[in-house]
Amino acid sequence: MTLKHLLAGAAMALGTMAAAQDDPVTVGFVYVGPIGDGGWTYEHDRARLAVEEHFGDAVETVYQESVPEGPDAVRVMTQMALNGADLIFTTSFGYMDQTIEVAEQFPDVKFEHATGYKRADNVSTYSARFYEGRAIQGHIAGQITESNIIGYIGSYPIPEVVRGINSAWIHAREVNPDVEFRIVWVYTWFDPAKEAEAARALIDQGADVILQHTDSTAPQAAAAEAGGVYTFGQASDMAEFAPMPRVSSIIDDWAPYYIDRVQAVIDGTWESTDTWDGIGPGMVGIGEITDAVPEEVRTSALAMKDAIASGEYHPFTGPLNRQDGTPWLAEGEIADDGTLLGMDFYVEGLTGDIPQ
Amino acid sequence: MIALERRPQASTAWTWAAPLMAVVLTMIFGGLLFAALGKDPLVAIRTIFWDPLFGEFASFYRPQLLVKGAPLVLIAIGLSFGFRAGIWNIGAEGQYILGAICGAAVGLALYPSEARWLIFPLMIAGGALGGFLWAMIPGLLKVRFNANEILVSLMLVYVAEQLLAAMALGALKNPEGMGFPGSRNLAQWDSSVSWIDRSAGLHWGVLFALGAVVAAYALMARHVLGFQIRLTGQSPRAAAFAGVRPNRLILVCLGLAGALAGLAGMFEVTGPAGQITIDFNVGYGFTAIIVAFLGRLHPVGILLAGGIMALTYIGGEIAQNQLGTPAAAIQVFQGMLLFFLLAVDVLTHYRLRLGRKAPAPAPRPAPAPEAAE
Amino acid sequence: MIDPALLIASLMVASTPILLAAIGELVVERSGVLNLGVEGMMITGAICGIAAALWAETPWAGFLAAAVGGALLSLLFALLTQVLMSNQVATGLALTLFGLGLSALIGQSYSQIRAPSLQRIDLGALTDLPVVGRLLFGQDPMVYISLLIVAGTWAFLRFSRAGLILRAVGENHDAAHALGYNVRLVRTCAIAFGGACAGLGGAYLSLVRVPQWTDGMTAGAGWIALAIVVFASWRPWRLLLGAYLFGGVTVLQLNLQAGGFAIPVQYLSMSPYIVTILVLVVMNAGRAPGSLGRTFHASH
Repeated sequence: MTLKHLLAGAAMALGTMAAAQDDPVTVGFVYVGPIGDGGWTYEHDRARLAVEEHFGDAVETVYQESVPEGPDAVRVMTQMALNGADLIFTTSFGYMDQTIEVAEQFPDVKFEHATGYKRADNVSTYSARFYEGRAIQGHIAGQITESNIIGYIGSYPIPEVVRGINSAWIHAREVNPDVEFRIVWVYTWFDPAKEAEAARALIDQGADVILQHTDSTAPQAAAAEAGGVYTFGQASDMAEFAPMPRVSSIIDDWAPYYIDRVQAVIDGTWESTDTWDGIGPGMVGIGEITDAVPEEVRTSALAMKDAIASGEYHPFTGPLNRQDGTPWLAEGEIADDGTLLGMDFYVEGLTGDIPQ
Repeated sequence: MIALERRPQASTAWTWAAPLMAVVLTMIFGGLLFAALGKDPLVAIRTIFWDPLFGEFASFYRPQLLVKGAPLVLIAIGLSFGFRAGIWNIGAEGQYILGAICGAAVGLALYPSEARWLIFPLMIAGGALGGFLWAMIPGLLKVRFNANEILVSLMLVYVAEQLLAAMALGALKNPEGMGFPGSRNLAQWDSSVSWIDRSAGLHWGVLFALGAVVAAYALMARHVLGFQIRLTGQSPRAAAFAGVRPNRLILVCLGLAGALAGLAGMFEVTGPAGQITIDFNVGYGFTAIIVAFLGRLHPVGILLAGGIMALTYIGGEIAQNQLGTPAAAIQVFQGMLLFFLLAVDVLTHYRLRLGRKAPAPAPRPAPAPEAAE
Repeated sequence: MIDPALLIASLMVASTPILLAAIGELVVERSGVLNLGVEGMMITGAICGIAAALWAETPWAGFLAAAVGGALLSLLFALLTQVLMSNQVATGLALTLFGLGLSALIGQSYSQIRAPSLQRIDLGALTDLPVVGRLLFGQDPMVYISLLIVAGTWAFLRFSRAGLILRAVGENHDAAHALGYNVRLVRTCAIAFGGACAGLGGAYLSLVRVPQWTDGMTAGAGWIALAIVVFASWRPWRLLLGAYLFGGVTVLQLNLQAGGFAIPVQYLSMSPYIVTILVLVVMNAGRAPGSLGRTFHASH
């Protein structure tokens, strides 16, 4: 018996069941890390809990944590679909091909893949415009640094991270022409010891503001230990390090989107979409800016946040040149999403090369 | 006082009873663990051991057992030769990675050719060769410089992991991958895909694993090499008298292990995994060591042990999914299973004896170093 | 560009967890036992450490609990390998699996909580000395304690009678048994010491380096500790060198990046392992304890 036959049978069984009683909608979540990572997966799980709270008995959620990107992910998704999931969120870029593959087998189940670019009739993609938050971080960082050296911990040299670096850089230099970025690639999303080391290396090099694009709180702790160093929370608020060293944060808030999509499934209005939301719709949250930041900086940062949220200001607005001095955006021109999604270059003024 | 007395021969009855006893003990203690976590222990045990085989969706899970078990069995068979002869290759993980890298590299060099008849066999050869050569490093260093093969092969795992990252980010990166690390998807390219029937869980690696079981059985039982391996394991000195050349045996055993691990990696990357990624390896090389021991280094035993390991992985996933047991509880459960298997194994080779015999024997010349067990 | 004194100071901190785990494993291996479960014992130490430190509100309670927790877990290994004579390689791997699972299970209620941390020692004028001040007088106490443990282990193995017995057991367990030494007891003690040290190393991560509990936070440090023991060819002082080399390469590559140098990170990261293999070759491996990894059974 092939899988297709089996599925047809299962679908029929489900169909009769659905007719007989009003089943709750089942929503599955596939996590790449442990829920306790304190960053990426932690926030996805908070959003899952928000879904449960919002819908009560009308929705049931299942999840699986620490699912490796590869064959195990296929099995986990299939398992969820077989067990009657109506909607499955696959929350890591590395699940892209696997999500498409399983979605082909289960045309009646809806899939939502985070941060990818491949879609199908029953596969949506969604991601957040984290670079909007990076702009605000750069704006604050450029003004509070005294050494004029800002350290940046990068995970992998991929477009999302490069975009964040560019966005932070543009807005730091805007308020402080003397500022300098030092970028360290750690080649991991999550390795507390290594992240702490990277933060220390940057601090030893004179950085007094550390921006991180990795998920653990270790750099925060390293900064706290060194003293007089500012940091920003990543993915999660990391409020336990406020008011110093953590002066603000980028928070991934998936809850509104998840609730919205689950509602669409309940209403039967779900369609394959490509969502890339930022501060405006609430997918990117800016954590409280603490008292360690001077009042006027905080005011202007909040003003920038409002401008971005309302769509009045785009962090990548010309004139902007690429690192080699060739023009990229003309005066007043706004970057298109295609270029941003595949961003593989630094903007003018940044030093060093993106590792290949 | 209880003393242990070595049996002159391994007990046949216990050889079969010990694993069963271990599984039962694990079910009892695992059940207690699940009960402590607030789950119904009976339901949890049934979910792990019964559902993948006979549950509602067993026709989906059974093929998955093949997918998960095949690389374990293929690698463990390769390791078993060396372990029997007292040659300790614990770097199969590295050989697995190199097999995947070399196999994928051979294929990607010819992308997007459609000559499957040429490309796929070349990739298989490349995978086997990659693993073989990686295993030759500890082999030659052992033969030439007497460097400890346990440690050299272990060190090479880390080197291989770094190499894998470098490949995923550099040479083998998909040029159409939007800048993300990872190679092209080899399972979606007709010339390189190792799937035969996806929904049946059947890919070439499964066939090779089964073939390896049969071949290993024949080799150990019938071939002179099998005799030499067994003899060396039992007594290197006797083996030397019988004309076994130890250096040659070391190279053969390591080479076989490396080639099979390399094959496992190659089939994984062209089938279930599809891509070379930074996290491509998920520890099959280390788990296979455990599988080799659980299977008592016997080909049929390894086949069964590989099946049991695969069962706990898949059953564990179902338990996570359906009962909400944390992933960590499944890990603890697997650890328990291994501990119990290793613990009751003592009864296969030793007899319990009540009462105390006179201790402190007269010093006797040390018996030959014990075989792998 | 890069201040060598600062580099060495952060290198010492980076190396402390692997140094602690490695010195324990060194004693275990000198007694003839190969315990591949270092990673599992380290992470168990990490969670025990943070749980106890939060409960007692002092990091010292954490370190104590971590040592006890690591030792208890290692006694499971001792029971299996020494009493039930299971294979050490397989048992060690099982121990790692078990430890990772157990710690994650206990750790579920400890995520997102900051641990009470250790303060760096401040000896006023001494610490403020140029170059050597921070290096010699400005570390946290565990750095000094780890160095003391290394020195103590060296002295123990070299000068004490117990150390002699331990080495004898490791070189040839049958001969040691014939001389009337209790091979199992000696090895069990060594294994427990190894577990305690690995636990301390893990707690250093969760209480000082990070300092917070996160799942899987050891991220392979236990395996590096195993490599260092080999690199050091089972000698305590070389172990120090090895730990600083392995820790140093990580710190150095991050510092080079921070200093604006473009470097091939992966190839630099694999270099200490290749150096270890070279060391093995050059040392001719003759230094490995004679009974390493072999099962001992007193045949009557």
